Amino acid sequence: MSEVHVALRGVTRVFPATAAQREVRALGPIDLDLMRGEFFVVVGPSGCGKSTLLEIIAGLNRPTEGAVTLEGNPVAGEVPEGIGVVFQEDASFPWLTVTDNIAFGLRQTALDKAEIATRVDHALRLMGLTDFAAAYPVQLSGGMRQRVCLARTLVQRPRVILLDEPFGALDQQTRFLMGDELLRLWRDSGATVMLITHSLDEAGMLADRIGVMSARPGRMLEIIETRWGEERGSRVVATPRFGEITARLWQLLRDESQRAMAGA
Amino acid sequence: MRTLRAAILIACVLAAWQALFAFAGASALTSPRDTIAYAAELLSSPGFYPHLIETAQAFAVALAIAISCGILIGFTLGLYRFAADVGEPVLVALYSIPKITLYPIVLLAFGIGMPAKIAFGAIHGIMPIAIFALGAARNLNPVYLKAARVMRLPPSRIAARVLLPAAIPEIFTGIRIGFSLTLIGTLLGEMFASQRGIGHLLIQAIGLHNVRMIMALTLLLVVVAVTASALLLAVDRRLRRHMFGAP
Amino acid sequence: MTAGRLRFALALALVLLLEALSRFGVIDRFAMIPPSEILWHLGKILSGGEMWPAIGKTLTNVAMACIAAIIVGVILGTLIHGWRSLRETLDPLFAAYYAIPVYAFYPLFIVIFGLGDVPQVLIGFMLALVAVIVNTLNGLDRVPRVLIKTARIQRLGPLATALKITLPYAVPYIFTGVKLAVAYSFIGVIGAELIMSRTGLGYEIGFAYNNFDNAVMYPLIVLVLAIAATVNTMFFLWEKKMLARRRK
Repeated sequence: MSEVHVALRGVTRVFPATAAQREVRALGPIDLDLMRGEFFVVVGPSGCGKSTLLEIIAGLNRPTEGAVTLEGNPVAGEVPEGIGVVFQEDASFPWLTVTDNIAFGLRQTALDKAEIATRVDHALRLMGLTDFAAAYPVQLSGGMRQRVCLARTLVQRPRVILLDEPFGALDQQTRFLMGDELLRLWRDSGATVMLITHSLDEAGMLADRIGVMSARPGRMLEIIETRWGEERGSRVVATPRFGEITARLWQLLRDESQRAMAGA
Repeated sequence: MRTLRAAILIACVLAAWQALFAFAGASALTSPRDTIAYAAELLSSPGFYPHLIETAQAFAVALAIAISCGILIGFTLGLYRFAADVGEPVLVALYSIPKITLYPIVLLAFGIGMPAKIAFGAIHGIMPIAIFALGAARNLNPVYLKAARVMRLPPSRIAARVLLPAAIPEIFTGIRIGFSLTLIGTLLGEMFASQRGIGHLLIQAIGLHNVRMIMALTLLLVVVAVTASALLLAVDRRLRRHMFGAP
Repeated sequence: MTAGRLRFALALALVLLLEALSRFGVIDRFAMIPPSEILWHLGKILSGGEMWPAIGKTLTNVAMACIAAIIVGVILGTLIHGWRSLRETLDPLFAAYYAIPVYAFYPLFIVIFGLGDVPQVLIGFMLALVAVIVNTLNGLDRVPRVLIKTARIQRLGPLATALKITLPYAVPYIFTGVKLAVAYSFIGVIGAELIMSRTGLGYEIGFAYNNFDNAVMYPLIVLVLAIAATVNTMFFLWEKKMLARRRK
């Protein structure tokens, strides 16, 4: 881990008061460095502002105070080039086939057709979607649609990939398998990954570092280093180190979750 | 805020109207001021009221027929899956045919006068109400029906106390649309099939190229239609908010 | 029996009933001629050729009104959707729109645009336009937020977002508006012809009615309804094919 890829300095987000509710301090202040090529996982109680944090990094949302930089350039309410996001909700386009969905982003660029076809074919194979290339999303399961969205992001070769609970709607077994796949893709791409999850197991098995957030307004309580090597995956769940990590995560989160529930 | 927006809208319409008047001249239309003045004059002249009452009566009866028959047809079809499959495309097809071409048939069947314009108003309004009522009945949460059965209510009670109230917001949207179409249907009926009523005055004015009359009548109709629709829209939104929480 | 067959059987039964009622004199011949005669006269009118100019003119005007309404309606709907306060201002107007007798503006259009086809096309256009706008708005309202976010992640501008994300998503809803636009273009054009024109199918129907010429009036009414129903069915089948890919 060498150079800082994404930097957050004193980032806060306050949602101004509306007719329906009072002003909400959703986030921060947060200082955080994502290192180039690392797999960073964020966990935190519900409503702690995890998604807001991700949206601020992606440029979908502006910080009220503080600043975000990507590769040294400020991100301010504009989505910078080189960022890919996969959301929890199904974002596949129902009017396009799987192939057209995956090629969507590439077709907005000047890339030539042959290169697009090569990349899309590769992604279809990588995600096990080859047999469904001509299918429409409605014919696929929720997990497969999420793979389509993941593939659509990966073919654009983003340098930073932000994942907002992409497997949140899937069952536990599928999540573990998707986690292994995600690790493989991360190793192949060399991208910096930030994953938001509410699954402590997922955090423990995937991350280089795990950022634990407090109840609202969300701050970083602690950053835990897993010290996994390149070799990690769903098999590490059997190791004592995995137990230590998840135990520490739960210890930190139990109080915060209770606080969040009491506040809700 | 809402009143401000309404005021801005009215101001824009008046400005566009005035500009059009400046462009097209007095042989095409009258200015906003003259039109409002003439509309007020019409409203205060005793000769105008029989026409107004005639139209109001025809419209009221037509709307009552459209609502009751529409709900009855839609609900009956909607409660039986097969009947809905058979009936819905028919309703949609009838909704989308140009009913104005049917006016000679309505006239031949009912003769010139009140029944013809009531019929013309009702056939315009009945389809949207029936289509929405059908949708409402079909989309009813089956849990309501089960709950009512568990309470051992007789079928008539189930329909009156459970199904109808649950379907009200959806049905009301149909009534809101049916209201507009019944009004235009009644007016069209009067234009072709009557010696009295606002529609008759309008077609007469069109025939005589009486621009003042056309403009004043149109203004009155627009004001009534927009006001009534705005009210119905407000009720519609309130009903939906109560039942579904969504705006 | 499937729903479609039952529907066909019911329609056939209705036609046969009308045939019997008029054959046995329950329905006066002055009121209606039997369906078989309507068909026979329709065949004669169509093969005779003197009605073709009227048919051609009406259909051309309907098509122009409808196509213009669809294009302008989708564009206006998209613009209005992007401007929230304008949208909220116009909502009651849209809701009331179909209660306004647009035909009242016909004389005004004649003064402005002359006696040609433009006023009739304009009436059809005005009636069809709001159906397209309202349904475009409805479709755009239903675009999931996550798709809008995806558009921003793909760094699409407002125009590209509309063309590539929100409008494609809204297509099934816009289609509802298109079907209504077809119906309203017919209503507008034929209504205008009925009221004050000297040509077109609407005029011919009114002319036949005034001359008690049921042998012309009924076939022409059936012709108009048949054309409108055919166009609508074509759109319906197209829509079904398109939706089959998107919905289960």
